[in-house]
Amino acid sequence: MNRGFVSLSRAMLLGFVRDRTALFFTILFPLMFLALFGGLLKNQGVSRSQVVEVGQVAVLDQLPADAKAEISKVLDVTKMADPAKALDAVRKGDYAAAIEQQGDQVVVRYSAADLVRAGTVRGIMESLVQQSNLALAGTPPRLKLNSEQVEDKSLTAIQFVTPGLLGWAIATGATFGAAMTLVTWREKRILRRLRLSPVSIGSVIGARVGVSIGVALVQTAIFLGVGLLPYFGLKLSSYWWMSIPVILVGTLSFLSIGLLAGAWAKTQEAANVIAQLVVLPMAFLSGSFFPLDSAPKWLQTVAQIFPLRHLNQAMLDVMVRGKGPEAVLPQMGILAGFAIVVTALAAWLFRWDDV
Amino acid sequence: MVSTIEVSEIHKAYGAVKAVDGVSLEVEAGEFFGILGPNGAGKTTTLEIIEGLRQADAGQVRLFGSSPWPRNSAVLPRIGVQLQASSFFERLTAREQIRTFASLYGVGPKKADEMLDVVGLSDKADTRAEKLSGGQMQRLSIACALVHDPELVFLDEPTAALDPQARRNLWDLLRAINTQGRTIVLTTHYMDEAEILCDRVAIMDRGKILQSGPPAELVRGLDAATHIAIETGVLPVEEARRMFDGTVEVDDDGVSLTFVTRTPAPVLATLAERNALRGLSVRGATLEDVFLNLTGREYRA
Ligand SMILES: Nc1ncnc2c1ncn2[C@@H]1O[C@H](COP(=O)(O)OP(=O)(O)OP(=O)(O)O)[C@@H](O)[C@H]1O
Ligand SMILES: [Mg+2]
Repeated sequence: MNRGFVSLSRAMLLGFVRDRTALFFTILFPLMFLALFGGLLKNQGVSRSQVVEVGQVAVLDQLPADAKAEISKVLDVTKMADPAKALDAVRKGDYAAAIEQQGDQVVVRYSAADLVRAGTVRGIMESLVQQSNLALAGTPPRLKLNSEQVEDKSLTAIQFVTPGLLGWAIATGATFGAAMTLVTWREKRILRRLRLSPVSIGSVIGARVGVSIGVALVQTAIFLGVGLLPYFGLKLSSYWWMSIPVILVGTLSFLSIGLLAGAWAKTQEAANVIAQLVVLPMAFLSGSFFPLDSAPKWLQTVAQIFPLRHLNQAMLDVMVRGKGPEAVLPQMGILAGFAIVVTALAAWLFRWDDV
Repeated sequence: MVSTIEVSEIHKAYGAVKAVDGVSLEVEAGEFFGILGPNGAGKTTTLEIIEGLRQADAGQVRLFGSSPWPRNSAVLPRIGVQLQASSFFERLTAREQIRTFASLYGVGPKKADEMLDVVGLSDKADTRAEKLSGGQMQRLSIACALVHDPELVFLDEPTAALDPQARRNLWDLLRAINTQGRTIVLTTHYMDEAEILCDRVAIMDRGKILQSGPPAELVRGLDAATHIAIETGVLPVEEARRMFDGTVEVDDDGVSLTFVTRTPAPVLATLAERNALRGLSVRGATLEDVFLNLTGREYRA
């Protein structure tokens, strides 16, 4: 049983790494998107961040008019007098940060609930402070805020692009891997041959699961490795490791989709088409390519049926939003449940050969 | 003692096609058993039912005394199977293929490499299976079936794609395995192969076994004519006809002069007297004649 598992895993893995097309679509292709999105969107902002200005904040108030206009593209400033009230609002998540000036100190208070936004605000404030320092030092004040400087440090698209594209890559790898193995092995009569050898079905499936999980972990390592390059500047939050168990259950749920497609389809072409028809729409509706925040409510509701939606949410939560491990338990439960139900369906449809 | 294989009255239909129509057979331990028949006779279907790959519509199969269907993991390690269509893992080399199969049976890589050598594929060990020639694939597939020293081997047309040399090598290998006491069941289209290798053959046509027994016995029971041929030109046809007063059928096709007779001895003696034996060949009845006799049809594989 064990030996079957090891040698079948090996056979499957060798078959995978020697398949250039599969390698391209599971690793290189998503990586190209990462480089493209991460690179192109580098200078493009997310929507405006809402902040509270507590009392008077000179660096904000004394900006020249055109710089103010520039800033208002990224910051939506609300004034509040009461510091306690302002902090409360930030805690509740109504605002990304509260900004206060005490003498020479500009204090930015933010919540860890949304690190991306908090980072944005912090970056903007930092550059404003720097700028006014330069002005005080006697350098001629810049009339126009250098938007590059502001946005470079703050609005990193890479933060949401990395988990989303990684989710898509994992979904592609696991779904296609399982579907193609099942169909090809049936078509090439390997399943019939295995049926006549003393290998258990558990070993055959276990090998596929093991290889897919291995591939998913390699994808994760490559994606994070590339994202963390200074050029892209991905910043992982402290509980990022929690994304590993999330990815494991996510992989299982995509495998189950692949097994179902593979059990159902008769030919490689059919399996390919079915997997494609599932994975692509799923990736779009799960926010792998762009956030769904501005999509209609009903679409967001529909997207809940996709495991990738939950995987993406969970990865965003623990990788970049800084949420704790317990925050993603519900999503993991949903993914596991999905995997169990769909695998059962696939097992019911399973055939050793076509006849 | 139980027979290695016991099959009684199995039937299998695909829609209106009766692929197997009431086959019964028994194979004892150590026997070399052949199933002979033309395309579509039902050989593969019969074999696959015995192996446990397909379920018979009716009838009973016992393999080492127990039923192979559904998947019987107790008998699986004891049998080795070469399927009619080769089945290999994608993008794996010949060596990786056989090592993978070997390890499924708990057999180490050393034995696997030896087996590769036995079928003469050592120099192709690093070639991917899909890049092997048809005959090489066939040999690899046979090696994969034999790698764990099974007690019972099923070979479905093992020599189908082989060149004459490889065919002879395989015969030697199979004989050697059989001599070690292993049971072999093979299917073939080749009458000569069955005659040379098998202890017993079953002749199959249209889903039924027409006759079975040791090849020599089947041929003897036939009382068929002997064909004696010499080179054309040694004797004029008319003279040959006169020599035997029309009791012997004589025919000249421009290459050889053939005498068909049930009493070959006097014909041979007469020819020897006239010193007319150049290019002599004598062919007795073969399984081919048995088939012709049984079905009234020429045997065409
Ligand atoms: N899966 C199947 N579905 C439908 N008909 C089948 C199937 N398999 C075999 N048959 C039919 O059953 C009959 C017997 O086929 P089988 O493969 O057993 O013949 P065979 O003796 O092995 O022939 P060959 O010498 O060509 O290998 C044929 O008429 C074939 O068309
Ligand atoms: Mg056949």
